[in-house]
Amino acid sequence: MSSTVVAARPLPENRISPVFRFAMLLPGGLVTFFLILFALGLVVFLAFRGNDGSLLGVGLTAENFLTVATDPLYWTVTLRSLVIAGLVTLATVVTAYPVAYYLAFHAGRRRNLLLFLVTLPFWTSYLLRVFAWKIVLAYNGVLNSAFIETGLWKEPTLAFLNTPAAVVVTLAHAYAPFAILPIYVALDTIPKSLLEAASDLGARPFTSFRRVVLPNSMPGVLAAALVVFVPTVGDYVTPAMVGGPASTMIGTLIQSQFGKANDWPFGAALSVCVMLVILCVVLVARGADRRFGSRT
Amino acid sequence: MSGRADINAGGGWLGLYVLGYLVFLYLPVLLIPLFSFNNSIQAAFPLQGFTLEWYETLYGNPALSGALGNSLVIGVIAACGATLCGITVSYMDLYGRSPLAATISAIARLPILIPGVIVGISLLILVNLIGLGPSRVSIVLGHILVALPTTVVVMRSRFAAIPKTIREAALDLGASDWTTFRRVMLPLSAPAVLSAFMLSFLISFDEFIVVFFLAGTEPTLPLYIWSQLRFPRSLPTVMALGTAILTVSFIIAGTAEILRHRGLGAARRNPA
Repeated sequence: MSSTVVAARPLPENRISPVFRFAMLLPGGLVTFFLILFALGLVVFLAFRGNDGSLLGVGLTAENFLTVATDPLYWTVTLRSLVIAGLVTLATVVTAYPVAYYLAFHAGRRRNLLLFLVTLPFWTSYLLRVFAWKIVLAYNGVLNSAFIETGLWKEPTLAFLNTPAAVVVTLAHAYAPFAILPIYVALDTIPKSLLEAASDLGARPFTSFRRVVLPNSMPGVLAAALVVFVPTVGDYVTPAMVGGPASTMIGTLIQSQFGKANDWPFGAALSVCVMLVILCVVLVARGADRRFGSRT
Repeated sequence: MSGRADINAGGGWLGLYVLGYLVFLYLPVLLIPLFSFNNSIQAAFPLQGFTLEWYETLYGNPALSGALGNSLVIGVIAACGATLCGITVSYMDLYGRSPLAATISAIARLPILIPGVIVGISLLILVNLIGLGPSRVSIVLGHILVALPTTVVVMRSRFAAIPKTIREAALDLGASDWTTFRRVMLPLSAPAVLSAFMLSFLISFDEFIVVFFLAGTEPTLPLYIWSQLRFPRSLPTVMALGTAILTVSFIIAGTAEILRHRGLGAARRNPA
């Protein structure tokens, strides 16, 4: 039968065989619908259940959310998580921007090497990078011992470790490559003719940066901010290792609900709140993105 | 320091800044190898004598080799799963022309917008519900999720870089979907497949936040490290172990990078 169909064949896109389609959609379909959507649905379901020690809880209640909304502890921790994650995002994006700018406009032939060097730390263990900061900041640590060695001060100081500042520095270090890459991609796609036009029209370098480059790179900046903010706001490893009790974040509370406290429905409710917060942030970023006219 | 790029105003200062930034990125990480050879429990200056003692304690440690074995097995299986999903999801997204394929692709990139702690607990609830419980299989599922956005993005950009006409030519010449996929599209994207596999293996190998919830009695390497971090006496050993992990990670990441460039270079020279 295949010898006679030559002229009658439809366009290639439209003739995917059902078996092929099914087989190719199966792995991704299973993972996305079962592991992602169904699992997240379970979290939302559990958030509205009471805790009786069983897997899926009991009854149907909004009590978990009432507790989150009324207990000042959760407001404090949520606010702190947002502030710390916000500071981390700000610090990471602001310090990463010049690096991305250099990569896009000045790196020349060294660009590929630099890109590789910048992303390399991302492929090393996150736990080890946090641990590295712990040995830098500790009372008996590198920074203190180095300063005493050089005679800058006599006594080691406790002021470094177990502070929110330590969490901010450590996380800004851990997520640096996440910020550099999207900003670099955005900067790299700005047509060079735009810059030439700006300077032809008499714009000074700083003016053309402020009026041309910066607005055009905003989609990348927003993407970077989102990619840094999301994992940071739920982190519980870094606060535990370098943050001390003063920097407990919402991720720590969720983790303890599923561990020590053994109140899964409440932990699920906290998770739903975090996802709602992230949804708001994503929507705000989307809105800002549209304002700057996304090109991606 | 030659080339037109350096003449641009501000390039010099920016270059210095980038150099400083690289120092900030690498200095804390490189302290780990430095102190792993230091003959003192304390990670502090001045350095004491040089020693390989900490590396010796790594050998013949059954808990460590068990954790390493777990991490390797889980990493390979999770990387296979994530790569398979990345290939099929992005292929169908680009060529399947169905809303379902586009939806799957969008959801597959969603885990980037979910903090690890929530991925971990949602899977924990799921695996308990289906009776699997915390186990190696659960960890594999978790790592597939964590690596999925990366493999989809890598494979999607590679498939998108292959000219559409090639696939159409194969189909017009009478090749079936399977043959086109297996004999034309897969070989053309082989470097990306390998790079996606390596990246997802590395992600799985280093992942801690999700695995924390899904591990049963057999820990992975990051869980083992986490358990050791509580004991000051074992910190030098952790640093020796960390140095070994850093070295291997650097080698794998470097290889993945070279493969990626080779693939891109080949595509540019010879867009066939």
